[in-house]
Amino acid sequence: MEGQRVQLLVTCLVDALAPQVGRATLAVLERSGCQVDFPEGQTCCGQPAFNVGLTDQAREMAAHTLDVLDETEGPIVVPSGSCSEMIVHHYLELFEGTDRADQAERVAARTRELTQFLIDDLGAAPSASCAGCSVAYHYSCHGLRGLGLQAQADRLLEDVERVELDGDKECCGFGGLFSVEMPAISAAIMDEKLDRVEASGADVLVGGDVSCLMHLEGGLRRRGSKVVVRHIAELLAGDEK
Amino acid sequence: MSQPVSFVTRADALLGSREAAAVVKGIRHFTEARDRVAEEFPIMEELRDRARTIRLHSLRHLDRLLGHFADQVTALGGTVHFAADADEANRIVAEILQRSGSRLVVKSKSMVSEEIELNSHLEGLGMEVVETDLGEFIVQLAGDTPSHIIAPVLHLTRQDVAALFSEKLGVEYTDDPTELNEIARAHLREIFLRADAGISGVNMAIAETGSVVLVTNEGNGRLTTTAPRVHIALMGMERIVSRWQDAAVVLEVLARSATGQRLSVYTNVITGPRRDGDPDGPEETHVVVIDNGRSEILSGPTAEILACIRCGACLNVCPIFRTVGGHAYGTVYSGPIGSIVTPGLHGMDPWWELPYASTMCGACEEVCPIRIQIPSMLLHLRERAASEGRLPGWLNRGMSRYAQTTTDPQKWRRAKKWASRLSAPLASRGWLRRIPGPGRGWTQYRDLPRPASESFNEWWRTNRGS
Repeated sequence: MEGQRVQLLVTCLVDALAPQVGRATLAVLERSGCQVDFPEGQTCCGQPAFNVGLTDQAREMAAHTLDVLDETEGPIVVPSGSCSEMIVHHYLELFEGTDRADQAERVAARTRELTQFLIDDLGAAPSASCAGCSVAYHYSCHGLRGLGLQAQADRLLEDVERVELDGDKECCGFGGLFSVEMPAISAAIMDEKLDRVEASGADVLVGGDVSCLMHLEGGLRRRGSKVVVRHIAELLAGDEK
Repeated sequence: MSQPVSFVTRADALLGSREAAAVVKGIRHFTEARDRVAEEFPIMEELRDRARTIRLHSLRHLDRLLGHFADQVTALGGTVHFAADADEANRIVAEILQRSGSRLVVKSKSMVSEEIELNSHLEGLGMEVVETDLGEFIVQLAGDTPSHIIAPVLHLTRQDVAALFSEKLGVEYTDDPTELNEIARAHLREIFLRADAGISGVNMAIAETGSVVLVTNEGNGRLTTTAPRVHIALMGMERIVSRWQDAAVVLEVLARSATGQRLSVYTNVITGPRRDGDPDGPEETHVVVIDNGRSEILSGPTAEILACIRCGACLNVCPIFRTVGGHAYGTVYSGPIGSIVTPGLHGMDPWWELPYASTMCGACEEVCPIRIQIPSMLLHLRERAASEGRLPGWLNRGMSRYAQTTTDPQKWRRAKKWASRLSAPLASRGWLRRIPGPGRGWTQYRDLPRPASESFNEWWRTNRGS
């Protein structure tokens, strides 16, 4: 496994809004012995357009992403269940029966969500740390139900103090553009989630998707909560505080 | 059918309401029971696969199965009617009732009768129609509409029901559930005995024997279909299976998914009218098979939604439904399934926005006993809405611009720079409390991280770039 070459796909949100998560992901991968490349032409996978039904625009963005990734080699590691699922499942639908179908298949087959890659492919040992703090984990929907990821994060978090989070497999209410199209409903779902987070007694809320996490962190900040929000990559990289 | 107000308006009005609180409280009971019963039943997953196969088979062979079913019912002495739309269905039912001289009609729960607005049609003709499912009875008494396909009064508390009963039935106020049940029972029993005709829904029709299966928990279905002289069963045309074995499989997953029961309290099977020597049963039985837009759905990309067995499990786990309740949807079929069925039955206008009432969390598909691919059908409908130009202008324009930007890495770099610069004066310690424009809905309820002054891409090129 030494020196395995991987491609880091950080996602548009990490790139623009949470670069620290990208750096943490990079650190974790390098520490795990990977040789990490970052295809600089990467932008957005197209999920925002796909989810609102603007399929043509989604296809343009997806085609760009495919072109950027297809000329690289090795596993494509993504610190997001949602964007991974977009590539792994929905790219195949978007390009079914087109001359990009093979390309979509190739790229989909190489794409791994971060925790999935660490546990399933690298066989990494639990390495997340959070000294003196308790952690609640939110399983984001697309990773959980779309890719069947759950055990991977659990394994990586074995050495931290986990607290039980009621409803940790229920949606946080983000839903992409849903959060601005139907903001009051989105926020009401979020509020129920945040009540549970605060009731859990956790110091840190951790998840695997920056999208849900920035929605939840934005809500916690608005409440003046002391709960800190971190991407699992940050705990794995030791940047918990 | 069509509602002038949008989903968002209705839903926002319900947020934090007494009604929404009742939904939250009531629904937990269903989901917990469903999970418990699914877990204790080792072959649940396998039966879900089989139920799916059975239902999809039915949809593929619908014409043949309905034809066979009609032949069997006719041979038994019953009558099958086919109604192309709501008007025709209402007319058929009214004619049967008028011909048989029926004036007092009892009904057991039937969602398709709500869909075609049968009650108001019959009442307009001077008939008295009494709902006998407890939930539907309450809804009718309150002049309300059902808010959940299997629990019509999920949005009411027992105190609401107590107040309603004491006001409308002139009984002393009690919020004891058993006593409330007794009050309804006593009131309805007398009506059952006087009723001229009974109208029921159909959970499943069985082609091989011409039987209709009715699942209830209260026994009102049995009284409705046996006590009066005339029984009329209403069914959506998709509600059929080939054989008895198939019905058994569907029943195994239906009650478990719906209420977390192993089996509903009553499973009635009605095979034709009263035969010579039968002690009871109706003299006439009719089955009205209703299309009302289903053929249209069947020929499109959301055809699979017709495999639905109306258990309501997807409603119970839907974060949107749980937060706002069924009335937000403005139509008979609410929740994830309703967001697909309603635009299919009644058209995209004004129902196109219902498929957007979803976070795409996938909880619905996870519990659906038929494993209907609900999220992917919601996406189909969103695609259709977008292609019909129904999305707001800012979204269309914004997404086109975003696509232009993100398909050109140079533009993407510049856009991030600009976003970071423009947001700088609005930000405090890296977060935005209020932004203008279409994103303001976000900051109305939560802070937004400010676009980073150095994107990851930039950081990489500075520190690691070749």
